[in-house]
Formats: sequence, C-alpha cells, structure tokens
Amino acid sequence: MSATSPSILQALSPSDTEDVAQRRALLAEIDASCRGTLMLFFGTALVWLMIGTVFALITSWKMHSPDFLADIPWLTFGRVRPAHLNAVVFGFASEAAIAVTLWLICRLCRAPLMHGWVVNIAGVFWNIGVAIGIGGILAGHGTAIEWLEIPGYATPLLFVSYALIAIWGIITFRFRREKHLYVSQWYLLAALFWFPWLYSAAQILLIMEPVRGVVQATVNWWFAHNVLGLWFTPIGIGAIYYFIPKVLGVPVYKYSLSVVGFWSLALFYNWNGMHHLVGGPLPAWLITVSIVASVMMTIPVVTVGLNHHFTMWGSFHKLKDSPVLRFMVFGGMSYTVTSLHGVLLALRSVSEVTHFTHSTIAHAHQGMYAFFTMVMFGAIYYIVPRIIQIEWPSARLIRIHFWASAIGIMLYIVPLTIGGTLQGVAMINPDVPFLDPNKYSVVTMTVPYLKVRSVSGFIVLVGHLAFATSFIWIVARWIKAARQHQPAPIVSNV
Amino acid sequence: MNYGPIIFLGVFLTIASSWIGLVLIPQVQFGRQQEVKIEETGEIYPTVRPGLAQQGMEIYKANGCIYCHSQQVRPEGYGADIARNWGQRRTVSRDYLHDNPVMLGTMRTGPDLSNIGVRQTSVLWHLQHLYNPQITSKGSIMPPFRFLFEKRKAGDKPSPDALALPKEFAPEPGSEIVPKPEARALVQYLLSLKANAPLPEAR
Repeated sequence: MSATSPSILQALSPSDTEDVAQRRALLAEIDASCRGTLMLFFGTALVWLMIGTVFALITSWKMHSPDFLADIPWLTFGRVRPAHLNAVVFGFASEAAIAVTLWLICRLCRAPLMHGWVVNIAGVFWNIGVAIGIGGILAGHGTAIEWLEIPGYATPLLFVSYALIAIWGIITFRFRREKHLYVSQWYLLAALFWFPWLYSAAQILLIMEPVRGVVQATVNWWFAHNVLGLWFTPIGIGAIYYFIPKVLGVPVYKYSLSVVGFWSLALFYNWNGMHHLVGGPLPAWLITVSIVASVMMTIPVVTVGLNHHFTMWGSFHKLKDSPVLRFMVFGGMSYTVTSLHGVLLALRSVSEVTHFTHSTIAHAHQGMYAFFTMVMFGAIYYIVPRIIQIEWPSARLIRIHFWASAIGIMLYIVPLTIGGTLQGVAMINPDVPFLDPNKYSVVTMTVPYLKVRSVSGFIVLVGHLAFATSFIWIVARWIKAARQHQPAPIVSNV
Repeated sequence: MNYGPIIFLGVFLTIASSWIGLVLIPQVQFGRQQEVKIEETGEIYPTVRPGLAQQGMEIYKANGCIYCHSQQVRPEGYGADIARNWGQRRTVSRDYLHDNPVMLGTMRTGPDLSNIGVRQTSVLWHLQHLYNPQITSKGSIMPPFRFLFEKRKAGDKPSPDALALPKEFAPEPGSEIVPKPEARALVQYLLSLKANAPLPEAR
C-alpha cells in the first residue's frame, strides 16, 4: 500500500477512522502532503538560525571589546544587534513556528495540506522579505523601532506572504475531518489570527502613516510584547500540549485547566506591553493597566504549568529516552520560570531597578530561546523523520545539541540576570559613578558578565552546529533515497 | 470548546480590546497634543529641529544608537535619573511631539541622552567622543564611529576642518582626520537634545 495513494483517502469516510490501518494511511497521507512545504520552512529556518547566531556572537563580542570590527559601517553594533533580532525572530523562529503550526493543524484536523505549493511560494517570498529587510538594516535603513526594524520597503512582502500562510492554515481547518478540537488547535488558530492584526496595525501606525509623539511608543510595545505573547507563546504552548501527551501516550491532565489557561492568556497577555515603559513619559493609567495585566498572567502561566507538569507526573524517567520530550519539558519549564519572572519585572518597584539593564535582555532570551526555541527544536526532531520517513542519523548529535543549547542558554540567562540586576542597583544609586575606569561604576561593572555571555554564545553555537549537521545529513539521505526510488515504508503512529 | 466560531469570536474580541485600550485610546487622549507657549520665556515649545540636526537624527537612527541610549528622564524619586543630572525634570509626552520615530529606548548601556545638548555643549567634545570614545570617556564600551570620519593627507598647514586629537589618538604625521558631513549632522542632533523647558505638566 503506497503512502501517497489517493484511492485510500477516497475510500475513507470520517466515521471509519477507527480502523487502525486506515488511520495510519491517513496520517501517512497528511505527512506526505506537508513534506515539501515543511522541509522548505525548516531548512530555511535553519539557515536563519545560523546567520542569527553569527550576528549574536558579533554583537556580544562588541559589547566588551568595542574595537572589534568597528570600522565596517554595516557591522557596527547598532546594526548587527537588530540584524540578529530580526534574523532569529522573523527568519528562524517564525518560519519554524509556521511549519510546526501547519503540521499540527493538518494532523489534528485529519486533513492533508491542500495545494501546498501556495504556501511554498509564500515561504519563498517570506524569506526574500526577511533577507531584504536584514540587508536593509545592515545598510543603515533600519527604522530604530524595536522589533520592527525591517525597513518599510520589505514589510509589505512579509505581510502578504504571512497572510497567505495564515489563510491556508485556516482553510485547512475549515476542511477538517475531525470535529473534536484539541487544546493545541485553539492556541494555533488564535496565533494565526492575532499575528497579522498586530503586524499590520503596527506597520500602518509606525511606518506608513506614523502616529504623533509618544503614541508611537505605546503602539511599539503593544506590538513588540504581543509578538511574544500572541504569536510565539501560543504556538509554543500549543506544541507542548501536543507533543508531551503524544510522546508519553497519555491524555492531558485536566481539560478544565486547558480552558482556563487558554482564555486567561487571551484575555490578559495582549494588555501587557506598557510595562516596558514604566517611568516613561506616558499617562500613569496606561502603565498601571499593563502592570495589572502582567500580574494577572500568573493565572494562565500557573494553570498551563500545572497541566503540563501533572501530564508528565510519573513519567519523568522517560526524559532519558526521548530527546523530543527533553526539549519539550525544558521549554515548558522555562516558560513557567520566565513568565513568573516577567510578572516580577513588571512591578514598579522591581522595574525601577531592572528597567534599562541587561536583565531585560536575559529575560527576553529566556522566553525566546529557553522556552520557544527549545520547543521548536523538539518539534523538528519529532516531525522531520515522520514526514520524510528517515530516522535521524546520529543520536549523539542530538544529545550534543540538547546539552549545548541547554547549558549554553542557562550560562547566558543566570549570570546576565544577576549582572543586569546589580547594574540596575548601581544605576539607581547616584553615589556610584556611571563610568569610571578605576572604580566600581555602572558601565565597567557589567563587563565581566558580558564576557560570560560571549562564552555562553559559543556553547550555544556548538549546539546549533550539531543541529545543522544532523539536518544536512538527514536531507542528504532523503535525497539519496528519493533517487533510488525506493517505496518508503509507513512509519508507525507513535 | 469544539465550536470554531466561538473561539474565533473570543480571539477577535480579546485582541480588539487591547487594540482599543493601548492604541486607540492613547491616540485619542494625547495623539493630537500641540505646542505650548512657555510663560517664563514666551517661546513656543517644542520647536521643530533645524535641517542639519534632522539629518543627524537619521544617522542616530541608522546606526542604532537607541540600543544603548534612552531618551527619557524618569521622575524624581523613581530611579536616580535626576540625581545623575540626566535632566532637571522628568520628560513628558509633549517633549516628543516632533520626534519621528520617537526613540525613548529601553536600554542604558550608556547614559540617557534626553539632555545631552544641555550637558555637553562642545562640538569638539562630541566629535572626539564619536571618533573614539576613549578620548573623552576612558573605559567606555561604546564603539568608535571612525567611519563617520575620513583620513586625508594634510597640506602644508592643517585644514580648518581637521579634528584636533590628543597625541596618542592622532594619525601618523602628514595626515589628518576630518569629520564627514554625517558626523557633523549627528553632533548637531545631539546638541539639539534638550528636554529642559519648564513645562507646567512636568513640574
């Protein structure tokens, strides 16, 4: 029985999906329908990950050695830093997120991806948009609006590509054969809908027809915080909700917790952004509203954290055997920690110290890397062998990837959080000079922590190189297998 | 929760709520703020930047100065901004009326620049600092912006545009460092950063 034979699908009626053989055939057909699209997105995401990592290392090195590459205008600190951010956020993370989302929607809806070529074209244009955008930033055309640095001439391309992808996800959902909606689907559909709203509103109000004065700052942080809260977070949580129970073969602990977690996130997260402007030139009510919403985030974070934790309860020994599970659980735990830390950082008394310091940078990496990126790595390790029906060539490379990424990012976050907080304590104490090469000063006290951060970056790079090697290796095998025209076996649905 | 439209409705309403609360209402409340006449001096505040300073803002923006320098002074009693002499008063929304983009910043790897035009009024200081921050601020981790300057062969006598540099930073004899127009514009922008007008709402 061929995996791609359309006759199997035609013979299927939704009521017959109980039959195991037919179910497997359907899953194989879904995976085959996603194959080209997902490999395109994962492959280009990997390229952006590597580019973003190199930019990150240059940025980090420059912070303690300002003369490093100082005479090349397009590599000056203030351009490489946003180039790093946009490469990892819109290149790597968003492309991985899109691919994982499409696959989860197809699997959970029991519907193949129809006319995948449309998404492929959108993916190609998305990549062109990101490349033009990052080239523009390096050329000095960046907008100096955080998280929206990509110049206005590249963003319409990004928006149109994205809209096409989101529409395709929602069309697939409309053609679903499975009427039951799993918790992951709520999160994924919400993310597909939220992101284009955020992106188009921010583009129009900040780049095309900019609003006047500090309203720009409110739009900026409404957008920037929601990219995390309403785009990456729901996809990360949705993926964890799928993969942990899937790998363990157990149901999610409590349906009621899932419902509370989802709606409280939807309700509170989108109001958080103004906590980036505490003490700033804005009306107090605006900032207070965001601080309150940030504190309310405790509800979705704790409910989701408990739900995941008790799903794992009694199965923690399986972390030894399953790399996918290891990435997912690391990501899930980081989500809980980073979110609760975020609640603290939003408070006026804490923000007085930590605002304007490296502690915020550490926090951002805890969310984007320790949580979201680790979840995406786990998802890629699960999905790729199923869609191309080839096993990962080396378990050792996956182990190296996990441990280098996990140790590297912890070595990033912990010292920089401590260093950033001490920097803040020094900054609000007017007796400590801001800069004095011979005394304890705000600028010079950060340097040792910045050096540790550079070291952590190299450890993370080792992990990414292991990942890239695995990926190139498995793709090479896939191409070889395709050349030999061997009929691929059907992977069991575990 | 197996009914798609309900989820979509909830998802729509939640984001619409914050869009109204954090985008629309701020625009209605202070999006059309206007200049005022300062009673003490009789001047209109804030004024539009002169052309060269405006060009300098583009240099500031293109080179990502915002990633290390904020442009906002927190109120007395909250942080040490005023004690550090980063401003005589907190900054308020009216200070930013003519800024586009508004570069409040979220990081202080370097000091706040809301009032750098008040603190450092010397063009020479700024040019030397941009050419190599170690000249004026030893121990700084700010990158040098030598690419905003050019090295030229010096004539018989130094050109009037040449940048005066301490010995250990000076180029080899026979050549001189001249700021490019970008550097001069950037300095004009920095000198224009003054949020010290006595606004009633900032008292």
